[in-house]
Amino acid sequence: MSLLEVRDLSVRFPVRAGVFSRSRSWLTAVDGASLDVDAGRTLGLVGESGCGKSTTARAILRLVEPDAGSVVLGGQDVRALDGAALRRFRRHMQVVFQDPMSSLDPRRTAFQAVSEGLEVHGICPAPRRRERVAEIFRRVGLSGEHLDRHPHEFSGGQRQRIGIARALAVEPRLLILDEPVSALDVSVQAQVLNLLEDLRDERGMGYLFVAHDMGVVRHFCDRLAVMYLGRIVEEGPVEEVCGSPLHPYTRLLIDSVPALGARRRSVSVASGELPSPLSPPSGCAFHPRCPMAVPECAAVRPELATVDGNRRVACPRSAF
Amino acid sequence: MTALLAVDRLGVSFATPEGPLQAVDGISLSLERGSVLGLVGESGCGKSATASALCGLLPSGARTTGSARLSERELTSLPERGWRSVRGRRISMVFQDPMSSLNPLLSVGEHLVETLRTHHDLSGIAARTAAVDWLRRVGLPDPAARLASYPHELSGGMRQRVMIALALCPGPDLLVADEPTTALDVTIQAQILELLASLRRELGMTMIFITHDLGVVERVADRIAVMYAGRIAEEGPAERILVSPRHPYTRGLLDSVPGFRPRTGRLPSIPGAVPSPRDWPSGCRFHPRCPHADDTCRNGAPDVPGPEGGVACFHPVGAP
Repeated sequence: MSLLEVRDLSVRFPVRAGVFSRSRSWLTAVDGASLDVDAGRTLGLVGESGCGKSTTARAILRLVEPDAGSVVLGGQDVRALDGAALRRFRRHMQVVFQDPMSSLDPRRTAFQAVSEGLEVHGICPAPRRRERVAEIFRRVGLSGEHLDRHPHEFSGGQRQRIGIARALAVEPRLLILDEPVSALDVSVQAQVLNLLEDLRDERGMGYLFVAHDMGVVRHFCDRLAVMYLGRIVEEGPVEEVCGSPLHPYTRLLIDSVPALGARRRSVSVASGELPSPLSPPSGCAFHPRCPMAVPECAAVRPELATVDGNRRVACPRSAF
Repeated sequence: MTALLAVDRLGVSFATPEGPLQAVDGISLSLERGSVLGLVGESGCGKSATASALCGLLPSGARTTGSARLSERELTSLPERGWRSVRGRRISMVFQDPMSSLNPLLSVGEHLVETLRTHHDLSGIAARTAAVDWLRRVGLPDPAARLASYPHELSGGMRQRVMIALALCPGPDLLVADEPTTALDVTIQAQILELLASLRRELGMTMIFITHDLGVVERVADRIAVMYAGRIAEEGPAERILVSPRHPYTRGLLDSVPGFRPRTGRLPSIPGAVPSPRDWPSGCRFHPRCPHADDTCRNGAPDVPGPEGGVACFHPVGAP
């Protein structure tokens, strides 16, 4: 059994046609997503803006309420929890966001930000909290003198370390990383990725790594799930997905990355834009941009099918 | 052959309440007609301040030193009135966020017709025809109908195409593109890079392409200048810089990009953080983060590359 098991997760948001309009339509941000995260392993969730990857992460944490599906973490049905029980359970699933500046209170010191979790979950008695936080700070590459500083006194990379320290303090089993290095400079990004990797290996946490950068994902993840317009279109071991993608969208995504060392190679540049999730194309949502599409693709929505025992792909033509 | 653009020891400083802030500190560049220079660096390295100086877009209170000549015409001492005949007609620019450079109250057609009539002696009807032509050239589907669209009705990629049409329609000698694809999804970014490459072939465009992304610069640039802390660390042919960099900073930067190739272990990283212009280190500004630094590097600054390129380092990579 996996640490995290998500089955047929769907999230819909109401959309009003106009300010005074009564009629409501629904935007389906996540449409039947299923995924597993194993302890000590990292699952990457990739896709372009609006594909539903961040909403999936938030629905797992119940920061937004799913409409359907199940989320089971360590045997506990997360959707069955409410109120105090959900708050207590949150120590097992923590999150690090892209921009730590917007998730840290500018008036609170780094110590206060990190010790809050210890206090809420009663993990460490008050007299020992400072010592405990200092220990966590050292582990993430900050020093004791950083404890009483405010967020604005830190660089972007240091702020992200505070975000990681805060998540780590309550000793979660699952860490959701939502674009944790996207706002960082390349030279600092590598430091933070290495730190996250060490922490995972030390503590055996499972990671769900939400990102748009295929290079980062390929380096960091064990398995990869690719989303397009709310649905997972391909999933499998990272090297197999990146090295020999099965879904035409995965292939497009990989070909589009300006990769070092692939200078002036010919790239297939797909025409067309990302469709609006308000009016998704019929059948396979990717068919209007797909170079391999046949008329049937506009009519039938392909389901994820298992390939080679270890991979899943939602494209009946992927074998061609 | 004389260079189209000759930058000689250009410096830019901004007025701040705490005193002047030196953002660019003596950079020299030379750009041949028809070539593309990639200006690469991390946040705060001075690449965007350089672009602003070349486009006459520095805020009031900013001071420049040194010189920047476009076809023998000095730009740094040009009064705002003089800029009006240079900006657009001689030097044009494209920025990261097209939404902030387009007027939300004007249609795409109004933007283009106004720009075309400002720079060319055209009747309203001729300008309209030329506007449709430009929209077709930048790959906007159904260009005639798009004239009536407003910026908010277009996707990010389409807006960037409109911005490129607006920048190129006056027929500038030099295009300065500041992170033009950074805000776009990767499949759309690939389309815009492809568009810039084909327009370059068609129009013999000369371009400065500013980016933090080494993969992107590899796709577009003939020469690359790597900036660090307000100075050029290394400048030379793109192939040479990317394959055998000589500055330890360039080497470190290239190594720390999670490349699109199979994983080979831990990601090499550069220790420390990018310094802010407020506290640039003495001597070689990279020395606190450099694995090869010694007393020479701490005490004195290496010679900066001249217009013909080179490396600013006492102990370049690969040297005996």
